[in-house]
Amino acid sequence: MINLFEVAETNEMIAKENLDVRTITLGISLLDCIDSDLAKVNERVYQKITTVAKDLVKTGEAIEKEFGIPIVNKRISVTPMAFVGGAACQSCEDFVTLAKTLDRAAKEVGVNLIGGYSALVSKGMTKADELLIRSIPEALHSTERVCSSVNLGSTKTGINMDAVRLMGDIIKETAVISKEQDSADCMKLVVFCNAPDDNPFMAGAFHGVTETDAVINVGVSGPGVVKTALQRVRGENFEVLCETIKKTAFKVTRVGQLVAQEASRMLNIPFGIVDLSLAPTPAVGDSVADILCEIGLEYAGAPGTTAALALLNDQVKKGGVMASSYVGGLSGAFIPVSEDQGMIDAVVAGALTIEKLEAMTCVCSVGLDMLAIPGDTPNTTIAGIIADEMAIGMVNQKTTAVRIIPAIGKGVGEKVEFGGLFGYAPVMPVNGFSCEAFVNRGGRIPAPIHSFKN
Amino acid sequence: MKKTIITVVGKDTVGIIAKVCTYLADNQINILDISQTIVQGFFNMMMIVDTNLTDKDFGVIVDELGTLGRQIGVDIKCQKEEIFDQMHRI
Repeated sequence: MINLFEVAETNEMIAKENLDVRTITLGISLLDCIDSDLAKVNERVYQKITTVAKDLVKTGEAIEKEFGIPIVNKRISVTPMAFVGGAACQSCEDFVTLAKTLDRAAKEVGVNLIGGYSALVSKGMTKADELLIRSIPEALHSTERVCSSVNLGSTKTGINMDAVRLMGDIIKETAVISKEQDSADCMKLVVFCNAPDDNPFMAGAFHGVTETDAVINVGVSGPGVVKTALQRVRGENFEVLCETIKKTAFKVTRVGQLVAQEASRMLNIPFGIVDLSLAPTPAVGDSVADILCEIGLEYAGAPGTTAALALLNDQVKKGGVMASSYVGGLSGAFIPVSEDQGMIDAVVAGALTIEKLEAMTCVCSVGLDMLAIPGDTPNTTIAGIIADEMAIGMVNQKTTAVRIIPAIGKGVGEKVEFGGLFGYAPVMPVNGFSCEAFVNRGGRIPAPIHSFKN
Repeated sequence: MKKTIITVVGKDTVGIIAKVCTYLADNQINILDISQTIVQGFFNMMMIVDTNLTDKDFGVIVDELGTLGRQIGVDIKCQKEEIFDQMHRI
């Protein structure tokens, strides 16, 4: 039977170490909303979302009460809208109407973000894909809760460099259109290589076309819990360190599994996956960078950081995989800059550069996330940064992403403020040498040799 | 039978258990087990209870026990047992 100390340990994690379930994300297929009449598509999309997700927020709140665990976000992901709107949308403006419908539906059911204003163009772009991509700046600027993602490459297909080049322009345009808000629209836009179909985390969540009609995916968190556990084993060897991370990850993930099963039961919607990520927030003590420091680094970014992060990421997975029946999504340590006070401190101290962050993305989930660069960075350089990150994902058969904020009107040393869970970010210096001739070549980079496994 | 865990943590004072037990009795909640310690003047109690007979919604019990805790000056949590089982048992 459960004893007093185990109960106290769990409650301590919740009360003092920021243990929470970061998100319950309800994935909804909108493939049955497709029509050649735009008005009908908009109507069906709104009806479907507001019907399937009507009890999502209420259920999330009920589970919070039952188990005494905070569930920070309740969110929705939908089928990539380039598929849904493909037959009806003849212009960027047509796609923007779909974004507005998603926004209206999200507000109606009370979720704080809705993901899936997306296109999957890892090998080539259809006309609809391109229209959607070109509509992103306006779509994000005229909505509050819509998140957008574009898959630009994969290990199986290579990298669509035409789309990479285009996204360099689109990200800059998204920054310019929202320059009065510190280019904040860019927070809602992410590009991927090897994007997973079942990721519950924003801004990159979408409901893949291989998924069922509706599904519950849950993202857990808990950097603070891992850090506190590691404080107890200071000075011990790597074996002890790894065992401690593994056991802690197991406990954290079990909570996610429980919440996912309960939400699935209450909503009568199948359980998809638990994403066992260490997702930081700007709250003190809820930081992945602090874990790296606890492992033994002065700051995140110091020599040894990549090794420490590789170890952390691997142990989180090893502990988490046994704790859940289905693991998916991004699953690993997130290293966003603006959402992690320890990362911000490291940038300000001069310990962490974009190049080091890029190295770190080779060994953990996702990629260059929530970092601000000078507003006058050329579009081609943004495309070059994206291409590098896509190449890491393609060659290493992992998901990588770029969510970057060109801070319009700001330079190195200044900062951009996003507020809430998104935090703030110091503007980081970018390598000033040009890659223009490279990204302007056009076409695609072929799939790597190790993708031919047949 | 699904069980519920009630924890009470705070500064020790007269009548904590009495007040919590009165609330539980008034609401047809049966106590299955109690363990309690005092560490450096801090009262720490865990009760395993059965809420199957009560008419009240679980969320209401959570809120009312929270309010009772604030009146006594302690922190009272009421959680379904599964969260602890899941986390600490394979």
